[in-house]
Order: sequence, then C-alpha cells, then structure tokens
Amino acid sequence: MTKDNTPPWRDYSLTGRDSGPSFAPKQWYSTPVPRKRMKELMKRRDVPALIDYGIWLGLVLATGALVVLTWGTWWAVPSIILYGVFYGSCADSRWHECCHGTVFKTPWLNTAAYQLASFMSLKNPYLWRWSHTRHHTDTVIVGKDPEIAFPRPPYPLNILWNMLHLQSGWNELKKMFWLAAGRLTKDQKTFLIEADRSKAFWASRVHLAILAMTFVLAMVLQSWLPIVLIGGPTFYGSWLHHLLASLQHAGLAEDVPDHRLNSRTVYMNRFFRFVYSNMNYHVEHHMYPMVPFYNLPALHEEIKGDCPPAYPGTLAAFREMLPAILIQRRDPFYFVDRKPLLPEAANPSPEYTRPTAIAAE
Amino acid sequence: MTNWTRACACDDIETEDHIRYDNSDRTFAIYRSPEDEFYCTDGLCTHEEVHLEDGLVIDHLIECPMHNGQFDYRTGEAKRSPVCVNLKTYPVKVEGGDVFIDIG
Repeated sequence: MTKDNTPPWRDYSLTGRDSGPSFAPKQWYSTPVPRKRMKELMKRRDVPALIDYGIWLGLVLATGALVVLTWGTWWAVPSIILYGVFYGSCADSRWHECCHGTVFKTPWLNTAAYQLASFMSLKNPYLWRWSHTRHHTDTVIVGKDPEIAFPRPPYPLNILWNMLHLQSGWNELKKMFWLAAGRLTKDQKTFLIEADRSKAFWASRVHLAILAMTFVLAMVLQSWLPIVLIGGPTFYGSWLHHLLASLQHAGLAEDVPDHRLNSRTVYMNRFFRFVYSNMNYHVEHHMYPMVPFYNLPALHEEIKGDCPPAYPGTLAAFREMLPAILIQRRDPFYFVDRKPLLPEAANPSPEYTRPTAIAAE
Repeated sequence: MTNWTRACACDDIETEDHIRYDNSDRTFAIYRSPEDEFYCTDGLCTHEEVHLEDGLVIDHLIECPMHNGQFDYRTGEAKRSPVCVNLKTYPVKVEGGDVFIDIG
C-alpha cells in the first residue's frame, strides 16, 4: 500500500478514481486502407452469414437431438459436451457479431439472431449492446471500459472458474435478476441510456421467465434434461469461448490509443475460427468494427504489414499470455509491450499519456 | 436565408457512396443514393462525433464507422442504436454537373 492507503494499482470501476476522460474516438490509430477496398470489406452479404448461422443452428439441433436420444446412457456424455460447445460457446461469439449489426445484409435477420444468441449466452441484449459500445470507444482504458476481463492484478483462477462460466455466468444471472426488478448499478447507469432501460428490464424478465419454465418442466418431469438443454449449456458449454476470448487483450498494454498494442491477432484452426466467429482477428475487428466476421481474414491481409506479427497459434498466444498475467499478480504495472514488434515499415504508434488520478465525474 | 455553396462535382461521388466536405470550421457528408440523387448531412455522428466519411452507405442508410449506428441520410433520422439523436440535413441542388448545398 502507498502512504495514503491507496492501492498501488488502478481502479477499474466506471465511477471510481480512474474514471477520467476517455480517448476521443478519432484519436485511435487505424491503418490506412484504400476507400475502394474498405467498401468491399465492409459489405454485408446474407449468403455467407446464412451458411454460417445455418450450420451453427443445425449443429445445435442435431447435437441436442443426440442428447435426447442418448439420455440415460454413457453416450449422452459426449453428446452433451458437443451440444454445450455449439450452444454455449458459439452463441457467445454470434451474440457479439450481431451486436455490431454487421453479419446479415437483411436487418431483421441480424436482430432475430441477436435476440436468440443473447438469450443463449444469458446476456441482456440492451445492456450489453451499450456496454460493448463503450468497450469499442475505450478499449482497455481503465475506468472507462466495462469489459476488461483481466483487471490488474489479475486472478488467473478466473480462467478456471470461467471454464464453467462460474464467475461471468454468476454475474450475468445477478444482472438478470436485478434488471428484471428494474434496478441498475451505478456503473451500468454510466453507459445504458434512458431510452433503452425499460427494454433492458423487459428482456431480462423474458429471459428469466424462459429459465423459470425450464426449471418447472425439469421438476415436473423429475429430470435434468430440460436444464441440460436450455440454460445449462451456457454454463457447461461456454468454456471454449472463454478460453479463446481470454486471449483478446489480457497481459497487453492498457490506456493506449492503438489496437495493435492492446489486442491480439492469433492464427487459429478452422474449428476454433468457426466457434469464435473469426474473432481471433481481434486487432482487425477493433480497428475496423464495420467489417463482418467473414471478411476479417481478408482485412488481416490488407493491414498485417502495419501490425506486430500475428501469433502463429493458440498455444503460442497462451504461452505469452499466461506468464504475463502471473507476473502481473506480483507486479500490476507489468505488460507485454508489442510496440517494439511493429515492423520497420509500420506507422508509429501515437504517443499519448493519459492524465492520472482524475476524480470521478 | 439561403447560402448555396458548391461542394463538389457529381462525378466526385460514386453511386451509393458519400464524401466529406469541409467549409471553414464546419464539416459535412454528401451522399449519392442508389437512385443517383444527392443529399447532405452534418459530417459528425451525433453519438460520439466520429466523422462519417469512413462509414458505409447501404441503400439510404449511412453507418457510423465507430459503433455501427445508422442514420437515414435523406431525413437524418437515427435508425439504429447507439445513435439516438438525428443528424441535421441540408438542402441540395445539382446544377451543371456540380452539387450545391445550402448551408444557411
């Protein structure tokens, strides 16, 4: 502790000691891409989106049917594992994509998929839309970004808890109860606008009603099957999404207006990329959030010469991230500096020092 | 009081696209619709004042490049969150292959 009893690390709450001014969005660095090419990359198409979402929902239905058919036998175990991944992990990444509204060309398809994926990942669709908006305005800006998954000093055990969605899932359930009761926390009030608050309350009530009906059905049938099929997979099945998403920003720089330094792009296999909706191209996603997930590999090709090298694989990224957050347990000021890895021909990262210790507004 | 100002040539804007136009300390976005009609709005998104010049025109919508909020550029109406406040629009006329806007 320092002399004035202030912890030597940062206050990550949105109304606390470090909730100072945000970066103006125009301050964020972005790699120049010719306008004509950007227009091609930003273009939304229903066909690739329908193929991806069709395969996803088909897999959810097929593995769900397998769970029902094998229920009561040992074959149910692999069925449940597969169903859990397609329900819990795939829904989380699809929730995110539809939150940006970039997936489908036809707007109602995007809205429908967003509402479905929000329920499947137990996220309030309105609260999270605004939270995620703030995440993109103030990516990994302490005291401004509500979605910093590993505040320093990080708790590596959270990775383990979240293999069963225990930490984040419990938080979502708490949020659901509070929102259904029409209550918002101080932090939530900083980003959820008045006009969407009542919608957020009603969305939580609907989610809660569906979960309650599932629970009642399980009681009536005297079987866990309904819970294994609805609601449960968000907990036992989202481990793969948590594992992959933990690589997005953990261990990297905070308070820098350059996504090349605070986000990771990791080359992943096709299965992970399907589950994760190409969010392994995370620098690209943050730099140009208008580009739909199916065009992110092409965007990567356009900008990679201006970025630190992508991690060659998921394991390589974990080999860097895990030791970094372990060191941050002892030294919260430590981070992996990607600036020296920028190619010689790359544009320099903007210099910026954020004012410190600014009182809450 | 009208104040027609030449902003650009019609050919400067592709169909279903837009460009930025600055006039002293003001900034605008000028659009060419799929029907080859021209429109003009303020250049900055009403959400966080990001310039719309890097955004995407989809039919009659302009999508902000930062948070994907959408406006109908013909009326300025905010169509998708996080934008909630409408964009200001300006009268446009085309004469002799040039686009003029009335910036008042």
